[in-house]
Amino acid sequence: MIESIFKFLTTEPYWTLVRSLLYLGGICGFVAANAAYLVWVERKGAGRFQRRPGPTESGWAGLLQPPADGIKLLAKQLMAPPGSDKILFWAAPLMVIAPPLVCLAAIPFGDNVLARDLNIGLLMVFSFGSINVMALMLGGWASRNKYAIISAARVVSQNVAYEIPMLLVVITIIMVTGTMNLQEIILQQAGGFWNWNILRGIWDFSGGGWGHIGGNLLAPVTFLIFYICMLAETNRAPFDMAEAESELVAGAFTEYGGMGFGVFFMAEYANIVVGCALATILFLGGWQSGLGSGFGTLLTSWGVIGTVIGVGFFFAKMYFLIFSVVWIRWTFPRTQFYGLLNLSWKILIPISLLTLLLTSVTLKLPRLF
Amino acid sequence: MNLVTETFSGFLSLLTGLQITIKEFFSPIITTQYPHQTLTIAKKFRGHIELKWNEETGKPNCTSCNICAKACPSDCIVLDGIKPAGEKTKTVTSYHLNYTLCSLCSLCVEACPFDAIQHSNRYNLASVPNSWADMDLVQRYKDQVTRVGKTPYDPYAPAAVPAVEPTATAPAPTAQP
Repeated sequence: MIESIFKFLTTEPYWTLVRSLLYLGGICGFVAANAAYLVWVERKGAGRFQRRPGPTESGWAGLLQPPADGIKLLAKQLMAPPGSDKILFWAAPLMVIAPPLVCLAAIPFGDNVLARDLNIGLLMVFSFGSINVMALMLGGWASRNKYAIISAARVVSQNVAYEIPMLLVVITIIMVTGTMNLQEIILQQAGGFWNWNILRGIWDFSGGGWGHIGGNLLAPVTFLIFYICMLAETNRAPFDMAEAESELVAGAFTEYGGMGFGVFFMAEYANIVVGCALATILFLGGWQSGLGSGFGTLLTSWGVIGTVIGVGFFFAKMYFLIFSVVWIRWTFPRTQFYGLLNLSWKILIPISLLTLLLTSVTLKLPRLF
Repeated sequence: MNLVTETFSGFLSLLTGLQITIKEFFSPIITTQYPHQTLTIAKKFRGHIELKWNEETGKPNCTSCNICAKACPSDCIVLDGIKPAGEKTKTVTSYHLNYTLCSLCSLCVEACPFDAIQHSNRYNLASVPNSWADMDLVQRYKDQVTRVGKTPYDPYAPAAVPAVEPTATAPAPTAQP
């Protein structure tokens, strides 16, 4: 009986539907679990960085804190302030949580764990990632609150400033890899960790032998720029000018209560997950182990277990980056707004233009070695 | 050129900051988890006053002479005592402190000629409103004596009291309530 149902579902006309539903549920669950438990990680991390234990009371080590917070937020009344634009006001939380869900459809977590193998996956992730800004701006605008409007203006200028260097460094990556397919980019980084884009840019061993000069000589700097821009794009400290609770109450979220606010909060962490996953794929080899090509072929020969180990490597790198995001938040104070824009326009954009120029020159130079 | 050097030195200072915080991250926790753990309070901490008693007999030192009540600038002490049958001195029977008026000035403790009152080191006094307005210190004395394993002195039944064993070497009654 069960076997026949399994066979029925896995045959072709139905399998596409079943697979889509599975990925849909999986991605929603992944985002929800991450949004809930990254809040816990954030609070635990904040505690440890200040040498206190963080949440301890609800559940073991405070692990039941996220469900408790969720239930509290769900139990609250949803209220739009009088005179606000109701449609835009309630559209903003939906628009802020949807893009990371869509982006995750193109993120390859393992060699077979990928919802949609798009050949323009990178482009899709970036175009949907930009909607986040729009949603924050709408939320701030529709709130009919002066702090929210100041925050909306800040969000726009900040994200315009940081989208430019981010896309410039991504262009250098695309120039070196020659593809926008995220799975393809990962497959190119097979072998040891020296084949990851962050190091391959300097010296490329993938051809065998002594290798040759890589495409992007400033690849570690490129990674750093990408990382900083990712922090700014996701409105994380020290670039959380949009929230800036010491100046703007809660910025664009001032008028949101209950789960309306909760959705913005979840979207922040979902965006961090997408950003860190992308950094892992573009620079740190995605699900590649980085332990040499022998280990890589061994993993692929193990079938499902190999895939699971690959996903484990992916998550290890991704969660390390997420931890570093928390680490940075509890280390640096919030920058001032002109400092934020100065960093982008005076430092990051010139350097990323320089890397772009350098990359195009090295790619066109005849191979010297 | 200045911009380049500034960028480099600024970046290095950021790395120093990250290094400092990660050291703190892996250092042990230094906060006290209050309801589960409590700090030991210094001896000289001035809590509300409490009755001292004779370590050997378990009798309060107080002779209800009322000097503390007269010394109190805020009039927050009301006490009374009787002379138990067969005793030479009076003994306190009720000692009420209005802690809402007390300013912890310590004048009562200094004025006492019998070394009968001291400051407790009780600091966690959160309670229902106005329960501080009438603190029964005789009851507190009885509870403390019972806790160290002795029979509280009952001035109304003096015949039963001399059964206090002088051999008991109970620890100093500084236990928190």
